[in-house]
Amino acid sequence: MELLDKLAILTDAAKYDAACTSSGVRRGSRPGMIGNTSSSIAGCCHSFSADGRCITLLKVLMTNCCIYDCKYCINRRSNDTRRVAFTPQELAELTIQFYRRNYIEGLFLSSGVLRSPDYTTEQMIRALRILREEYRFNGYIHAKAIPGTSPELVRQLGLLADRLSVNMELPSEQGLQLLAPDKTKQAILRPIRQIRDEVTQNKAELVKYKHTPAFAPAGQSTQLIVGATADTDRHILQLTQSLYEKYRLKRVFYSAYIPVVEHSLLPSPDTKPPLLREHRLYQADWLLRFYGFRAEELLDEERPDFNPLLDPKCHWAILHPQFFPVEIMKADYETLLRVPGIGPVSARRILSARRTGSLRYEDLKKIGVVLKRAQFFITCSGRIRSGLQFSAETLCRQLECVESGQLPAGQMQQLSLFASVG
Amino acid sequence: MHKEFPIAFYDDEECCLLTLDPVRSVSTVPEHAERVYRSIRQRSNRAAQLLQRAFLTCMDQKEQHLYLFVRKLYREGDSFLHNHSDSAYYPIAKALRHMSGELEKLRGFVRFSDYNGVLGAEIEPKNRVLPLLRRHFCDRYANESFFIYDRTHRDLLLYTKGSSRILRVDSLQLALPSEEETHYRHLWQQFYNRITIQERYNPRCQNTFLPKRYRGTMTEFQPQATITPPKSPATAPTLSAPTATPALGTHPKSAPSVPESGF
Repeated sequence: MELLDKLAILTDAAKYDAACTSSGVRRGSRPGMIGNTSSSIAGCCHSFSADGRCITLLKVLMTNCCIYDCKYCINRRSNDTRRVAFTPQELAELTIQFYRRNYIEGLFLSSGVLRSPDYTTEQMIRALRILREEYRFNGYIHAKAIPGTSPELVRQLGLLADRLSVNMELPSEQGLQLLAPDKTKQAILRPIRQIRDEVTQNKAELVKYKHTPAFAPAGQSTQLIVGATADTDRHILQLTQSLYEKYRLKRVFYSAYIPVVEHSLLPSPDTKPPLLREHRLYQADWLLRFYGFRAEELLDEERPDFNPLLDPKCHWAILHPQFFPVEIMKADYETLLRVPGIGPVSARRILSARRTGSLRYEDLKKIGVVLKRAQFFITCSGRIRSGLQFSAETLCRQLECVESGQLPAGQMQQLSLFASVG
Repeated sequence: MHKEFPIAFYDDEECCLLTLDPVRSVSTVPEHAERVYRSIRQRSNRAAQLLQRAFLTCMDQKEQHLYLFVRKLYREGDSFLHNHSDSAYYPIAKALRHMSGELEKLRGFVRFSDYNGVLGAEIEPKNRVLPLLRRHFCDRYANESFFIYDRTHRDLLLYTKGSSRILRVDSLQLALPSEEETHYRHLWQQFYNRITIQERYNPRCQNTFLPKRYRGTMTEFQPQATITPPKSPATAPTLSAPTATPALGTHPKSAPSVPESGF
């Protein structure tokens, strides 16, 4: 079969995986090897596809043959589709040639489960070993660890890859039982736990012995599908928080469920993917990782889902009026970070700038504060922004107006003048 | 010494005959420039670094802003650099942010083609980013030979066997892609088109992250026909692929070197 067709099929089969980053590891070039990893903290995007997602790695499956029958997946064994596989040489050659032309930052290798998890992982290890050792590839590699693989093989995989990921896919045990009957929560958590322990141990060894081979130096990540099951945002966010804390994950990715197959247990095929919900979850994820928020603060039992019209930070701010207004000239870093419209960069700039003199609203704008949000929650040298009018009742509506400019058309509802009358 | 305050700066190429104000021409004296730069560095290393980078940006009235920045530095010291909203610092910080944005994008968006083993790319940046892209690509492709041509500023970065230089080259004629090169371009286009999830189609988001001005030099946005070599090889013009150094395009050896190549 033509390589062109193979690439098409195995890209199609891999594209629903959201994770696509090349961050977390800085490795300079090595003599006799090809490439390095990105020097910037955020990784490097090489292109953006028509859906607006970043392309940084050659994201393909080793094979789309699979013994599992997960209901949501296009590669499930009961789906009637063409099955192909890359040979390790083909994959290595393709990666190197794409990398030389600066199309990609490296390889993202996943696979359907062929024969058994162990057999599949062995195939992946073989391909990666050829790429690293024969083709001398020194760029970024992201590999999937398949639940059910024996620990020794996961270890070998981690020594070849920069980042490993194990997909949780469904946020709850019930969801798994219903839609992915071949997987269990315990089987998924086992490799996640192992990778965490290996990374910790490897870091300790690297301190003692400089030439210890690195195990997944960019850590591990996972993906949760949003909208295939009835799980609430609160449940998903709490799971995320515990994954960050207990399992020290670098990232949790969310993937809005896209109906690729028709099944009685799944949402109907004409359901629109819940993109706005996914967006809100990512915003909240950022609040957990960089803004010092806790999942319990953002959502509780009474309000288990995010407000579609407001971002999670504004939503939190409206529900906690006792926290505001914040005085720009006096507040500490953590307090500044809680103000909608102020992020880590602008908060640090405020701290630095106010040492040299008092700040005005125009200065805040130059510093990078988003005043159209922040103005409702701050005072500058004790004064509210001149000309600003709002009350507790109108604030929510005013913020929604700011937000509506950012939302894609069609997400908003047309208000009717007469609806409340009738 | 002249103590007047300049209202504008022009370089030789810009027409300055339309102004009613008196014009004073100042010729560059490298020793003086070196002396001023040394004294700036003594005052503040950070200010010197900012100046050096800001010189590469495409900001409007660049010389004027840099002059104000240097004047403030001599009068008040470098404490104003703490305040991002300072009137002398803010225009420079803004221009630098614009440049680092472009720089970060180009690290990913530069597209090389293989010309008989030498990698070649063309870019069309607004800022003069080539000296700043140099380290990244020289490290990444340490064992290759490559060149990057900046069409806007007509600078050519050459790298081979561990050493690199930047030359001024007025025009660059590239050879037609080989069959193998065309094959990989097709494969990349195939991958690029297939990775899109149709249900999430969102061109607005794509335009934000990948503005259209970058697409002219990116493989995935070229129509298939233009990357395929002509069907009958006999009629195709027999252009030889450029080799590592002097054979490239025009006559790089006689071209004057770029002043910023010392980064």
